[in-house]
Amino acid sequence: MSDSHPSGGGAASPEGPTLSDKAQVDAKAMPRVLQRITVLAFRYPGLVALAMACSLGSALASLALPRLFGRSVDQAHHLLVGAAAHPEAARHALWVSAGLIVAATIVRGVMTMLSGYLGEYVSQKVGYDLRLQFFQQLQRLSFGFHDRIHSGDLITRGMLDLEGARVFIQGGLMPVLTLVLLLAFAAWEMLSTDLVLGLIGLAFVPISAGALGRMGFLLRVTWLRFQELMSALTLTMEENLQGIRVVRAFAGKTFELAKFDKASMDALAYSYDRITLRFRAVSVMQVSFNASMAGILFYGGHKVATGALSVGTLTAYLTYMTLLQAPIRQIAMIFNSAARATSSGGRLFEVLDLVPEIADAPNAPALAPAKGVLRFEHVDFAYVRGGKTILKDISFEVGPGQTLGVVGPPGSGKSTIANLIPRFYDVTAGAITIDGVDIRSVTLASLREYVGLVQQEAFLFDSSIGHNVAYADPWAEETRIVGAAKVAQIHDHIAGLPEAYETRVGERGVALSGGQRQRMSIARGVVPGPGVMIFDDSTAAIDAVTERRVRDALAEATAAKATIIIAHRLSSLMHADQIVVLDEGRVVERGTHAELLKAGGVYADLYELQTRSDAEAVMDDAAPVPAPKNEEVRA
Amino acid sequence: MTDAAESQQAPRRAPRASLGSSDGDDIFGTFDVGVARRFLGYLGPHKRAIFTAQIAVLGSAAFSLAIPKLTGAAVNRAVAHDVAGLDRTLMIFAGVALGYAACFFVGEWLSSRLAQRVIFEIRRAMFAHFQDVSLSFMDKTHVGRIMARLQGDVNALQEFLENMNGALGDFVTLVGITIVLLTTDLKLGLLTLTVLPALIVIRAIWLPFSKKSFREARDASSTANSALAENINGIRTVQETRREALNFDLYKEKAFENLKAQTGASWMTQIMVPTVDVLTGFAMAVVVIVGGEAVLGARLDVGVMVAFILYVQRFFEPVRMLSMQYTIMQRAMAAGHRIFEVIDVPVTIADKTDAVALKDAAATVEFRNVTFGYDPKRPILHDISFTVKPKEVVALVGPTGSGKTSIIALTHRFYEVDQGQVIVGGHDVRDVTLDSLGKTIGMVLQEPFLFTGTIEQNIRYNTDATRARIVEAAKAVSAHDFIMRLPDGYDTLLGQRGRNISMGQRQLISFARALVADPQILILDEATANIDSFTEQAIQKALKVLFAGRTCMVIAHRLATIRDADRIIVLQQGHILEQGGHDQLMKTGGLYSHLYTSAHASFDDQVVASTGDAEFATRT
Repeated sequence: MSDSHPSGGGAASPEGPTLSDKAQVDAKAMPRVLQRITVLAFRYPGLVALAMACSLGSALASLALPRLFGRSVDQAHHLLVGAAAHPEAARHALWVSAGLIVAATIVRGVMTMLSGYLGEYVSQKVGYDLRLQFFQQLQRLSFGFHDRIHSGDLITRGMLDLEGARVFIQGGLMPVLTLVLLLAFAAWEMLSTDLVLGLIGLAFVPISAGALGRMGFLLRVTWLRFQELMSALTLTMEENLQGIRVVRAFAGKTFELAKFDKASMDALAYSYDRITLRFRAVSVMQVSFNASMAGILFYGGHKVATGALSVGTLTAYLTYMTLLQAPIRQIAMIFNSAARATSSGGRLFEVLDLVPEIADAPNAPALAPAKGVLRFEHVDFAYVRGGKTILKDISFEVGPGQTLGVVGPPGSGKSTIANLIPRFYDVTAGAITIDGVDIRSVTLASLREYVGLVQQEAFLFDSSIGHNVAYADPWAEETRIVGAAKVAQIHDHIAGLPEAYETRVGERGVALSGGQRQRMSIARGVVPGPGVMIFDDSTAAIDAVTERRVRDALAEATAAKATIIIAHRLSSLMHADQIVVLDEGRVVERGTHAELLKAGGVYADLYELQTRSDAEAVMDDAAPVPAPKNEEVRA
Repeated sequence: MTDAAESQQAPRRAPRASLGSSDGDDIFGTFDVGVARRFLGYLGPHKRAIFTAQIAVLGSAAFSLAIPKLTGAAVNRAVAHDVAGLDRTLMIFAGVALGYAACFFVGEWLSSRLAQRVIFEIRRAMFAHFQDVSLSFMDKTHVGRIMARLQGDVNALQEFLENMNGALGDFVTLVGITIVLLTTDLKLGLLTLTVLPALIVIRAIWLPFSKKSFREARDASSTANSALAENINGIRTVQETRREALNFDLYKEKAFENLKAQTGASWMTQIMVPTVDVLTGFAMAVVVIVGGEAVLGARLDVGVMVAFILYVQRFFEPVRMLSMQYTIMQRAMAAGHRIFEVIDVPVTIADKTDAVALKDAAATVEFRNVTFGYDPKRPILHDISFTVKPKEVVALVGPTGSGKTSIIALTHRFYEVDQGQVIVGGHDVRDVTLDSLGKTIGMVLQEPFLFTGTIEQNIRYNTDATRARIVEAAKAVSAHDFIMRLPDGYDTLLGQRGRNISMGQRQLISFARALVADPQILILDEATANIDSFTEQAIQKALKVLFAGRTCMVIAHRLATIRDADRIIVLQQGHILEQGGHDQLMKTGGLYSHLYTSAHASFDDQVVASTGDAEFATRT
């Protein structure tokens, strides 16, 4: 890592400049985020309207049922009381009631189905839109953003948070509409028929709604903490498995189990608290519901006994109550969904709303280089505006066919130079030009196609080796791919694998050694033709002999290119036409290898350190070394 | 490279590109008595809590059955103008309602807690098992797969366990309602229940279709998510190689597949809603017609009819819950199967019953005619014998595949020898406890692995070293200076695997960790990775400190380390080719001296080339 990526420091620092790690349920954010999700759903106004209509239809059919029961109970009762004046007519009335009940349930069933399906359909469509938008956005956001955000965090936002926002449409928005409709109709029916009876019956609604809503909200808020505890547990397990050799080597089983138990028990205790929270609220709801039922039976029963109320009406009330019970239960779910959508949606929109720091200027033309001379003109750079200066007043020029070597201690800004040329970051002062054209004035796509960069740490995708080599040019001919692999001296190794180029690379290339991974990334990065080619310490893990071969093969492939080689190992860049030595972001020396040696400065010291000190010599390279100084051994 | 004009044309052929893949686990399993019995094993220790929860669930089922009956009775009293009776019934109603709430709370609360507890216990059992299974199993198994077992599969069990008691309640309710309906009015009850077989038949037809559709939905979402994760992890490469447009197309395809599969699954879920609803409607119609007739014929009280309607309304809820529980059970079976597969991986390397602790033994290592291979048919080591004396430093050198790594792994008993003996401190490693072996032998790996936590915690690791001791160790290995330059010194939090410090610095911390553990025997696999000149010097100094006063076996790559060793063992293809001191070996004129003198040979890659660039075969 040393000086490779700013993420070295960035990833570790807990406070990202743009993104808050702590997701909180912010009461003020709630209407804003929920409104935005609602607007997204209304991109499909037809579908939403249809879903709501179906939801209304099913609510109306639900409400019709109690009246039908009430009617049939009364009919049956009247038949009994009225001593069957017209038995046939009465029987007929029963059949009509039964038919209406069946019709009502059919209507209700079909409508519920349609509203459920349409609700999910709309939410999935919105989810699809959001997925694509998110994917597009993360590809557009510059390295500066990706340095500040942990990849795991970004994945969570794109998966779980996106899901949390999407689900609100079917789990919050639609149920709320249904619930409001149902409650309004039921309340009107119950209150208009008998005010007191209606009030008794509806008394449980605010109590239950309060208890359940509070619970839903609290569950969501505590869920975030619970997730933290669970991720701590996951981390403990994952690290143990990844570092299993260290654990075994240090006989750390008991120690690791203790670590696991601590994390596990913390999560369990918290989970217990949440369970109590949940069932306490549900119990409140049930007691209040049954209290209302008892109230109706008491007040209504007495009225029936005195003949002030028909038994059918009482039955209807009781059935209304049963019908209301289910949607009231949903209140917890709705609040939970709303709170989840608020925090999730907030985190998702935060990313979607970012404006990429690096983008094409309006009407930018494609890069059309005539010769291909790359120039740095008094370039200054800092990762954060006003923050630590990484590069100060850097100027150099590399023409086609020429090679520039960049050397310097860790943290001197070498890799930063590599990242500025394809515009992964923008300079803070000065300019980088190609044939005199500022790279900020051309399109990113044409610039990045022109500039090839091979990084120190090669990222391999979970796919075949062939796919990885062809990554930059997936439509390339077979011969091109094999050719690139040969240049990188990796073809023989690949050809020897069980399925050759079809062999699957393990997650992050675990099956390949560091040196092989680097050679893979060289094969991927090498493109014929003119352009700029940058090797950012990309041969560090390759042994000296193989590196030499790679270099010879590359010399041919990059003959027409302006090449920049960044390295620790002086042997990698001593043949360059020009070498710049960096220290603390400034050029301290420049010249050819011979000139720099003669000058006797930092470069010459480094050269001496690397050639003289056998402390660093590697047996693998078996260099001729000065006679062993045995008196120093095991001093 | 495809130029801009070309890439706008229709591609000549499908691109050599893919993004994301499904993990391929099946979400549904069939009922397996073995798996079910294993679950019960985990429930065993909680018998009393389970018993209480079951009683409570049965109580709440009984109370909930009584409520419609009481409601009906109240209506009857009201119709009969029996005010005193009505009040009495309502008193009972209130009692029953409270009893129901209490039972419900206790039952559900206890079952949920139990489910959580059992989940955590199963997870712990798996985790503990991973601490004991042999490294050959761990080598073969991807950490991501293991984590999927520990998280995904264990969580799939949670739902099942949480609902298990509820399912019992639902079942009892169902039987109870059936009994009540049949005993209240046999004919009306039977007629009402005729809808039940219809429901069972429809469900049986629906089930295979729905399963297929749920499977597809899950695969589609797992594929789309893995594509997203891959693109995020490799975002720098994506942008460097301008793969944005192609990757977007690939992702769009997966996202669209997901949309289709999800809406398909939703359709499958929703289609059962009207079925159940309409059947309920028919059952109610039966009650109205037949019951109404009966009321008319004075064979039935109005209250009974009211109770019937309320029962019918309640009847289908438990049916729905039970069929849902059946699906959950199938998922739990699939998950359980995979979980027990892991727990059943045999522990091949374990303490013997009469294993002794290795204590105060002389710090020697001896290999006696050891033959070993990860695959016994293809041995890596052939009949290897050597002895390392106390406080001797032995360097193991040889090309890749010569068996160096196997030798150090066998010394620590990470694997068992096929033939011969590995003897540490005078005892066969198979006769001593693994724990004491681990405390005697310290190990520094080639790629230093650091845990999330502070630097101090990482150096202390499994010991009870004081802060002073830790600082002392860090100073000894030249790590103190860079640690102090970090923002929080020893309390600096290391990111995931120590990403915020350099490779060389990670190496130094792992040295300090080994120094604090203070083992009598040290095994070290020297890093081959390139480290900047400045840190490299610190590492070489630190090695001298580490080696002082210890028996050491080093897989060495660097000349300085090799030459500093008391003895060098040269390995080739699992045989010891030669051994002795540096001067001695140089005199013998074998492979070692050949490699040492020939300008461009590599021990590791076994490349013997003759390129001219002699002055620069160094590595910094």
